[in-house]
Amino acid sequence: MELLGHLADGFATSLSPLNLFIVIIGVTAGLFIGAMPGLGSVNGVAIVLPITFIVPPASAIILLAAIYYGAMYGGAISSILLGIPGASTAVATTFDGRPMAQQGKAGLALIAAACASFVGGTISVVLFTLFAAPLADIALAFGPAEEFALVLLAFTTFVGLGGDDVLKTIIMICLGLALSTVGLDLISGQPRLIFFDEPGFYSGISFLVLAIGVYGIGEILYTIETQKTAPQVTPAKLTFTELWYGIKEINKLWKTMSLGSFLGFFVGMLPAAGATPAALMSYGIAKLTSKTPEKFGKGAIEGVAAPETANNAASTGSLLPMLTLGIPGSPTTALLLGGMVMWGLVPGPMLFIEQPDFVWGLISSLYTANLAAVLVNLALIPLFVWALRMPFTVLCSLVFVLCLVGGYAPSQKLHDVWLIVGFGVAGYLLRKADYPMAPLVLALVLGPLMEKSFRQTLISEQGNVLAFIERPISGTFIAISVIFFALPLLKHVKRWLKRDLSPAE
Amino acid sequence: MLTADRVIAGAIMALSVYFMWHATVLPIGWNGETGGPGGGAFPFWLSAIMFVCAGGIILRSLREKPSDTEPFFDSDTLRSVVIVTIALVITVALMPWAGAYIALPLFLFWYLKIFGKHGWVVTLAITLGTPVFLFFFFEVTLKILLPKGFTEPYFIPLYARFF
Repeated sequence: MELLGHLADGFATSLSPLNLFIVIIGVTAGLFIGAMPGLGSVNGVAIVLPITFIVPPASAIILLAAIYYGAMYGGAISSILLGIPGASTAVATTFDGRPMAQQGKAGLALIAAACASFVGGTISVVLFTLFAAPLADIALAFGPAEEFALVLLAFTTFVGLGGDDVLKTIIMICLGLALSTVGLDLISGQPRLIFFDEPGFYSGISFLVLAIGVYGIGEILYTIETQKTAPQVTPAKLTFTELWYGIKEINKLWKTMSLGSFLGFFVGMLPAAGATPAALMSYGIAKLTSKTPEKFGKGAIEGVAAPETANNAASTGSLLPMLTLGIPGSPTTALLLGGMVMWGLVPGPMLFIEQPDFVWGLISSLYTANLAAVLVNLALIPLFVWALRMPFTVLCSLVFVLCLVGGYAPSQKLHDVWLIVGFGVAGYLLRKADYPMAPLVLALVLGPLMEKSFRQTLISEQGNVLAFIERPISGTFIAISVIFFALPLLKHVKRWLKRDLSPAE
Repeated sequence: MLTADRVIAGAIMALSVYFMWHATVLPIGWNGETGGPGGGAFPFWLSAIMFVCAGGIILRSLREKPSDTEPFFDSDTLRSVVIVTIALVITVALMPWAGAYIALPLFLFWYLKIFGKHGWVVTLAITLGTPVFLFFFFEVTLKILLPKGFTEPYFIPLYARFF
């Protein structure tokens, strides 16, 4: 019952007028960001992070988490009304959301998406509450060797499960890690990789600069080419009878929604997987287990509910390893982690001991954010319909300005603004050539931890490399990493063997 | 697409070599006294892996048949992206000299009126509203001063009024 006590203390924090206000602002902003085609939770958090200096650190994290949450709800709005996913996480929602809208049931689809998101969010937050403290307890026993092994494990999930080109994934991981070493050597304090003798590089490359560059400027450059023509907005009206009917309909889908929630939560915890694959998997499972699979793709309400529960659950799931282990489960949580480090709240098991007020305040704020998001979502649907008609060039120009000013504000150096533009263009080109961006950002955030834990272990073990394998926990992590790393290789060998057997092809 | 893939991989190889060259300033090998790798080892060997992987991409592309003729850029998009990038570069270059309050509205005006072909009402509302918002949000509330360049003297009365 210690848990309930903690949670009650947490609610005392999160229900304070300031934090309640912040949660509502956060989910509203998140809903708009999520609803805009091309902008998702990562972009929202990257662009908004620099301007969260306006509130105290704990509230800033609550604000960012609320934006993350809101964006997960918002993604469904443009999937349904425009037929374009508002964020990659809402791709699966277009499959049935769009047909429903075309049949004049846009309102019902929006209600289903919002309610399913609420269910997914709530179930996963309960799971989060149950798992957080025990996991942090286990992680307390971790030394530098285990930390290194865990970071390695996080990166190998990208190689084994990420689904992108393996060589390109490895390049992006190494690039992120190499960029994280710019500045002063962690152990000796000597300067290294000071490009062009530019003094700006002495303080290193902030994750924020890379994130704003890649997810702000780069993303908009990328959308400029995909959004040449303005999409058609389907009108949606909402009445109370419809709302009531929608809730009754959703009530019949408990099996689909609980499956989606559990699936989303656990898939979301993996750094390489996250909300998009979770939503697609949930859609697939809902179709498999449905009594009427032929209706899927033609406007089945389950087809909207299943992915929406899963992507919200996944966003909560990805917070779990970030908060308890200090290893983010998604690019967005990597940014949250970077922000927390910047504010002196270092995530990991010690946070649960040193800052219990903050940790439980954040956890309880997920409950309030979830409730606020569903209410704001349903109340503001007419506003979203209007906002989606906003010409894309207006949005782009404002995002560009926010990126430039937001990149300047934290350090107040124009050097960082130049880097943002550079990363934006480079990120755009790399993304166009199918290089994955998530491992790059994760690597830059985790790079210092990885290098420090690696070198600390070797110093304390007098240079014995086998120390990583000899310790049981870190040895297990390394073994799993090797398996993940070998997965794509095995696939390759299998394909190669097959080719040898059938030379006729 | 195949050519673009090779060009990008080649650029990554060049970047890796540049990183490696920089990393050799600190010891890249085993540091005998303290145990463990030296300060340059991490960036050096990571860049080496990057170099090998990018080399692998080029080698792989040589074996592939150039079957897809889909261009990496179509000329239309390339034009918009290049123009917007140039505009961004000019805006940032203007910031230290003319200040954020001239550079950013100029960018907005160009983007909305000329690039986006919007009407005067939308253009002027955003072009004039944004700097006012930025001033009150960043300078007055957060006490973060944006670069002003030669416009600095004109802000002194505003500072006196709001700080």
